[in-house]
Amino acid sequence: MSDFQVKVAPKNYDAVIVGSGAGGGMAAYVLAKAGLKVCLLEAGPDFDPAKHSSQMKNPWESPRRGASTKMRPFGDFDASFWGWEIDGEPYTQTKGADHFDWWRARMVGGRTNHWGRISLRFGPRDFKRKSIDGLGDDWPIGYEDVKPYYDKIDQLIGVYGTNEGLENDPDGIFLPPPKPRLHELMFKKAATGINIPVIPSRLSILTKKINDERGACFYCGQCNRSCKVYGDFSSSSVLVKPAVMTGNVDMITGAMAREVLTDNEGKAKGISYVNKMDKQEYQVNAKVVILGASTCETARLLLNSKSQKHPNGLANSSGVVGHYLHDSTGAALGGVIPNLMGRKRYNEDGVGGMHVYTPWWLDNKKLDFPRGYHIEYWGGMSQPGYGFGMGTQGLNGKFQVNGKTKEEGGYGSSLKEDVRFFYGASVGMGGRGEAVPRFENHCKIDPDVVDKYGIPVLNFNCKNSEYEIKQAKHMKETFREIMHEMGAVITWGDQDDATNNYGLSNPGNIIHEAGTVRMGSDKKTAPLNAWGQAHDCKNLFCVDGSVFTSQADKNITWTILALSMRTSEYILDQLQKQNL
Amino acid sequence: MDRRKSIKALILGTVSAGVVIQACKSEKTTVAEYNLDDRMQEEKDYLVKVNAEPTFFDEHEMATITVLGDIIMPKDETSGSASEAKVPEFIEFIVKDMPEHKVPVRGGLRWLDLHSFNKHGKSFVSCTSAQQIGIVDEIAYPKKAKPEVAQGVSFFNKMRDLVTTGYYTSEIGVKDLGYMGNVPNQWQGVPDDVLKHHGLAYTEKELKECI
Repeated sequence: MSDFQVKVAPKNYDAVIVGSGAGGGMAAYVLAKAGLKVCLLEAGPDFDPAKHSSQMKNPWESPRRGASTKMRPFGDFDASFWGWEIDGEPYTQTKGADHFDWWRARMVGGRTNHWGRISLRFGPRDFKRKSIDGLGDDWPIGYEDVKPYYDKIDQLIGVYGTNEGLENDPDGIFLPPPKPRLHELMFKKAATGINIPVIPSRLSILTKKINDERGACFYCGQCNRSCKVYGDFSSSSVLVKPAVMTGNVDMITGAMAREVLTDNEGKAKGISYVNKMDKQEYQVNAKVVILGASTCETARLLLNSKSQKHPNGLANSSGVVGHYLHDSTGAALGGVIPNLMGRKRYNEDGVGGMHVYTPWWLDNKKLDFPRGYHIEYWGGMSQPGYGFGMGTQGLNGKFQVNGKTKEEGGYGSSLKEDVRFFYGASVGMGGRGEAVPRFENHCKIDPDVVDKYGIPVLNFNCKNSEYEIKQAKHMKETFREIMHEMGAVITWGDQDDATNNYGLSNPGNIIHEAGTVRMGSDKKTAPLNAWGQAHDCKNLFCVDGSVFTSQADKNITWTILALSMRTSEYILDQLQKQNL
Repeated sequence: MDRRKSIKALILGTVSAGVVIQACKSEKTTVAEYNLDDRMQEEKDYLVKVNAEPTFFDEHEMATITVLGDIIMPKDETSGSASEAKVPEFIEFIVKDMPEHKVPVRGGLRWLDLHSFNKHGKSFVSCTSAQQIGIVDEIAYPKKAKPEVAQGVSFFNKMRDLVTTGYYTSEIGVKDLGYMGNVPNQWQGVPDDVLKHHGLAYTEKELKECI
């Protein structure tokens, strides 16, 4: 057809990277700083927190007062563009499986615009789970391989926390943490009283200035909106921006990758993509192809990249691309603390997240489930948004308001008094645990469905197992104990039982999914080697959550960053040795 | 890189009911402006579309929402009223933004008028203040309310929720609440008197290692 053509970029790059989130952003940063010519493809629009953040807006500056929409599922001020659903980009579910909730951020910086900045290192045990409990597989690398990179990113990006000497929650190079808020002190007192440790959280927020490019935190509590002074970590501000400033990166936004192109020998030669603005087809060639499109998008790209040499999809002679998909487990519970009702007002915003948390503290040998979870604590006198004050009729009949017993419901000045009285008394907690990666849990290409660009979409087939369900049950029991200890009254999350898996989140819902293109030393059971390099295609690398052999009870971003830096340095080394 | 630097959307909203009636004569409207620098293109397109929709509530409905709103969040010695906080305009927008509210609110307003008509021979807004409060008292206390006004209770619960949330996310409401954040500062920890009041203290370790 004469009106349909593919425009091939004239430049042959050293590397083309798909995705500008934690993994892709770090790869672009390392390679560009080393002088490589890089093409960085991002499916969404440009985003620079300094220009585009909703930071410091008041609730009335949103017509919907900060309520969520399909385009901003975590609220109108959250930085992330899109989320569970994207217009024109469907995904499907296998009948009988749990619903897989697939989060996709479409913008420069990817999901680092969304996450809670919780920056936890994996510990030595997290890389060797099979050796400990016989389930899943060991990573082909250990903590000692990744530690130097954790150390580097601690310093490059900045993270606050404390060295506690915990074996599986390794010490790091930390900035000072903020002091606990009032409800956090209450959590700490209650939990430590029943032998559950509570320590300062570890978030990538600059409590002190670390360089001239980024400002220090000024405690607005709004990291999720992204920071105009770059006081927290976003891939856009901390990695992509300095990478582009080297002059070595051509970043193309609105570029939806279609497939990885290969040559006759089966080597990767570039990426074909559709430009969302002009709807035209493009191709960009490079010596090395790096995928950081996100755990499931990267698997989708590989599965959609079929050729004579790679009939099963690229890097997929093992047949495991898309398999071993697993997310963090999640369950939550919350309520009110009568002692916090009618509390004195002061600015309690703090950093954009919790100031304390509980790392996993128990021994699985004494429990009926494998692997652990950490606990996140919520509460405080935060900025009101849509939903604030709703349901006051469920509280004002239950608790005396300023010493008066009231009838449930009401209106008028009395209702205003109630809202003021209950403000800042709500607390909650969530567990984030480690699921066991299993071959059966997978995503694959749906044979019948394409997105609006004609790209075949993913079909999900994931189910929580007894391991995850028992973990959720244990979380709920723990949360109840903590709430009881601190004299709190549970108002939600207490009704869950075996009929709904104890409130266990759908897979995908915690947005920590990993494992679809896992590392392993045996090419028959893992697509990637210990460097994130495809066994089947030596100039193809993955740098996102897809590479994880297992994912620990820790948020995965810090490890994505460390592994991406490690892989990128390996690429530099191998290019120099002309091995690629 | 800099395409359109700033696009301002004009959100046309009706004013509060007391004024709405006059507005018919003067064609007076209020205009709220929102800074859209932080919006992606699809959001800007959506806002333009929503704001191009005709007003959902008619004048009578808007007047009823305003009266009800000011009963739920009245002006008092502490703070202003729901209508001063532009809660009716918020409700007009939010039902378009979240269409699931449309039928319960519209239907509930109608239920209220019929209930009022059966009782007093006139619509809710035409009733005296005492009559209005009498009706509200029937439906504002879920546990006390008679079973035959259950739909009215559900409606009032919804209105209480929408008015309260609209109010406490307005400038007037945030001030009433006493929220003191959203300003640059250095977090110093919980104030001493608050710690003392709750019988809590920072540990030596915390004081040493925290900023």
